[in-house]
Amino acid sequence: MRWIWIDRVLELQRGQRLVAIKNVTMAEEHLHDHFAEVTGEDGRTIHAAMPVMPGSLVVEGMAQSAGILVGHAEDFREKVVLAKVTKVRLDRDATPGTTIRHTAEIALQSGQGAATRGTVDLFDHANPEAGWETIGRIDLMFSHLDRNIAGLEFPEHNFVFNSTFRTLLQSSGIDCDF
Amino acid sequence: MNRDEIFEKVRDVLVEALGVDDDEVTPEASLAADLGAESIDFLDIVFQLEQAFGFKIEQGELFPENVTQDPEFVKDGLVTEKGLTMLRERLPHIDFSKLDDDPQITRVAQVFTVDALVNFCERKLAA
Repeated sequence: MRWIWIDRVLELQRGQRLVAIKNVTMAEEHLHDHFAEVTGEDGRTIHAAMPVMPGSLVVEGMAQSAGILVGHAEDFREKVVLAKVTKVRLDRDATPGTTIRHTAEIALQSGQGAATRGTVDLFDHANPEAGWETIGRIDLMFSHLDRNIAGLEFPEHNFVFNSTFRTLLQSSGIDCDF
Repeated sequence: MNRDEIFEKVRDVLVEALGVDDDEVTPEASLAADLGAESIDFLDIVFQLEQAFGFKIEQGELFPENVTQDPEFVKDGLVTEKGLTMLRERLPHIDFSKLDDDPQITRVAQVFTVDALVNFCERKLAA
């Protein structure tokens, strides 16, 4: 499994806003455990399986979206790490066959890090006329690693924005050089 | 804006940034020891104060930076006389008198109180 929780970047405005989507699919291993069928000793089903995208991974998707936005603002020179999950609210589950849309905006950015605000929308392909439904908000804080952890050594290369992120950006049609 | 109004805004910022109850935010409460602030929270507080009050806070202006790594300022785990003088000059909104008797570096966090934030904002607004 690759640790990438967005499929495509749809929009990127430097230093301001990034929009990305994630398609939830039954091919994802964790959905078969989250939540698996529960059976009793007699083999009868107590609870049917209920595949639901874990909220924590929705947060990770927003962290990757917002992290790219923050990294891109500084041309990916900084090692941008998630430092604080400021606020999360998710009102509806994302199930296989839906698409999650992360919209991340930079609220504040300084040499030390950045604060981002995010909106999570859901498109249910079984009910397309409903359009995008806002299902939550995720506000985060990022820190620039080298500048804030004095005395600790980190590799010179930017290990945060690895080749997976490069592929994602390139396949989304975004120029990147890191 | 008077001092009470500044305190109320600072309290709202801390309730939001640290997830504490508003009655925990007293003037003498220390951000780290009493309100549980961790390192990244200090950046969050800086950001939120900027938004709440509409002023810009430069790096190192509200909380000290690059102090503990400098042997002139910290020696054998104690803040030196030179270090204390520098802190008082750079951060006049903070009352460092608690460190006079026992200048252990680990005690420095205790002087970052809610009152120090209110002092800082009051000075910034008056400037």
